[in-house]
Amino acid sequence: MQRIALLAIASALALPASAGEEDLKALRAEIAQMKQAYEQRIEALEQRLTVAEAAPQKSQSPQHGAAPAQAAGGFNPEVSLILQGQYRRMKDVPERSITGYWSAGGHDHGGGERGFSLDHSELIVSANIDPYYRGMLNVALKNGEAEVEEAWFQTLGLGRGFTLKGGRFLSGIGYINEQHPHAWDFADAPLMTKALFGEHYGQDGLQLKWVAPTETFMEFGAEFGRGAAFPGTDRNQNGVGSSVLFAHVGDDVGRSHAWRAGLSWLTTRAKDREAHFEDTDAAGPNEVEGLFTGRSRTVVADFVWKWAPDGNPKQRNFKFQTELFRRTESGDLACTSAVATSPCLGSPALGDLRSRQSGGYVQGVWQFMPQWRVGYRYDWLNAGSKHYDPATVFAALDPANAYFVGYRPQRHTLMADWSQSEFSRLRLQFARDQSMQGVTDNQVTLQYIMSLGAHGAHKF
Amino acid sequence: MLRRIVLLMGLAAALPAAAALNVFACEPEWAALAKELGGDKVSTYSATHALQDPHRIEARPSLIARARGAQLVVCTGADLEAGWLPPVLRESGNAAVQPGRPGYFEAAQFVARIEIPTKLDRAEGDVHAAGNPHIQLAPRNLLAVAGALAQRLGEVDAANAGHYAERHKVFADKWRTAIARWEKEAAALRGLRVIAQHKSFSYLFHWLGLVEAGTLEPKPGIEPGSAHLAQLLAQAKAQQVRLIVRTPYDSPRPGEWLAERAGIPLVTLPFTVGGSEKAQDLFGLFDDTIAKLREQRAP
Repeated sequence: MQRIALLAIASALALPASAGEEDLKALRAEIAQMKQAYEQRIEALEQRLTVAEAAPQKSQSPQHGAAPAQAAGGFNPEVSLILQGQYRRMKDVPERSITGYWSAGGHDHGGGERGFSLDHSELIVSANIDPYYRGMLNVALKNGEAEVEEAWFQTLGLGRGFTLKGGRFLSGIGYINEQHPHAWDFADAPLMTKALFGEHYGQDGLQLKWVAPTETFMEFGAEFGRGAAFPGTDRNQNGVGSSVLFAHVGDDVGRSHAWRAGLSWLTTRAKDREAHFEDTDAAGPNEVEGLFTGRSRTVVADFVWKWAPDGNPKQRNFKFQTELFRRTESGDLACTSAVATSPCLGSPALGDLRSRQSGGYVQGVWQFMPQWRVGYRYDWLNAGSKHYDPATVFAALDPANAYFVGYRPQRHTLMADWSQSEFSRLRLQFARDQSMQGVTDNQVTLQYIMSLGAHGAHKF
Repeated sequence: MLRRIVLLMGLAAALPAAAALNVFACEPEWAALAKELGGDKVSTYSATHALQDPHRIEARPSLIARARGAQLVVCTGADLEAGWLPPVLRESGNAAVQPGRPGYFEAAQFVARIEIPTKLDRAEGDVHAAGNPHIQLAPRNLLAVAGALAQRLGEVDAANAGHYAERHKVFADKWRTAIARWEKEAAALRGLRVIAQHKSFSYLFHWLGLVEAGTLEPKPGIEPGSAHLAQLLAQAKAQQVRLIVRTPYDSPRPGEWLAERAGIPLVTLPFTVGGSEKAQDLFGLFDDTIAKLREQRAP
């Protein structure tokens, strides 16, 4: 309507004063025509609107039973990307290791660097393959390298409580081992995990799990794998390189409490497993490789207790988590060096080495209001006992090497994090790290964890 | 001895047939619906209760154990349980209830969903590609789901298919009568302007002609902030909002803040079965919801 009026005014203004009666008549007719056309169109639109308004009510009738395609899960794989980085302030220690423990070496998820650094970014793709299998790939991307963290298939149709997983996966040993760093409640792994596996214990192999048909959750699992990861080594063989057995029990207590307890057992072998040592060369110490060949057994007990008022964790919740381990190793020690004056030249055998070590961590994380959590973690490792022949070993290796020192590493960690949504998290963490004898390292970490894409699973 | 063994074996064989069908429902409304349709032929377990936000559940061990023993899983779908149901089902090792099997039932597939986003961007909050998943507060949705669920119960438990069909007929008749009654009772509510905490009541408002003037959450899944609440306060006054509604599991604080300043009441609607003292079954859920809304309309 308004437009017609405007048009009329505009044409009236534009009309030259000398315009003839004929022209005016023609113009009036044209405007009348346009007005009619517009009114018709408006009427048609109004009619369509009333139909559209009635439509949703109609489509809610029971006849409407067609199943629309599911957009997120359908045929497209679920893709998610985790971005993680941090600023860390800590002491400059050239070669960080845990005093008294064989260095797990292997890969580190960043965090070992001072200042600003990027943790690796994780790309996760998963989907149902067909009605019988599900597949998942988790790739960690870092400067110039992509590491396959997990790549597995899992059965969906075995039934009777059985699930078989095959490929590369994080072992079900303990509790935190199956979690990727973005799911941790602290910016770094517990000391225990670092000492046991470096970061994670990953398997290339098979995992069979069985859930018992009981109202109380009971799950039993067995894994058979290549065993290439610390504490084992790749041994180029046809057989099973490592095996893991685990059992989990869990339940709710009332509406507000839930718990899970587990016991796991790992056995594997190492051949010429390396770690840096200093030798007793009279011409000055050389860095040589200590070599361990033998069997390694680890037992882990884990327990998790969660509280949320009325089972609704949205406002407030508390999570208590602890894991304890004992590792027993027995085998032979040797050392090797290419330096002509080194006692390790020619890879001499240094006799038996048996060790038994233990430790653990306890942590509590409290969400005291929506979006905000605080947490405290205490880590400790015992020096444990080591049996070897000092005369033979110390003829080649310096007794001052951290591995031979009896020391009780420990660490206190405090953290606070803020999650504006389920998909973002900012974290500030203070740690007093005494995992190296003679060094008290007060660390400050400011971390971000951002998840893009598919909604992550809320695992227990 | 032999007779005793034969007897035992016979008993063991007869046991599963006599036992009720185990239904694992993700939300209380589906447990209630399965009970309406199955009667004593089904044994229902609800994974969540009215005080829990169905978005924010963890795949607890107890849920995995219950899913392990289920013969039928009845959930809303439409991504409502995306965070916890997939791991629960996968970890359960129960082949019969995996998505795509007859033992897996998604209610949202049988209703016309509203608020399907035109743009899928997390900048809009935790949006669901499949539309608003809180479908249970439109009674015609329940009617549609009841039909499909009765049929599915008959497929999974073929021996009792007739029983489910019969009970469905009775339920549907009763439900239709109730809908007519509720619509009459709620006629006066048409046009009432309300603010909800989350997009939890969209289907209810749509059905009864209430107008949602805003939500306490600035965006789905984002906690209410002070700036947004201040803006809502101005909006509430300008648009003559009469009521703020919340579910039993939402934090009352942001609603109370606004209610106090805007001088309008904050009402907790049952949202699902068990959400209030009177909402003990599906009929009670709607009776109480409408009664609570009418109370506020009265003055």
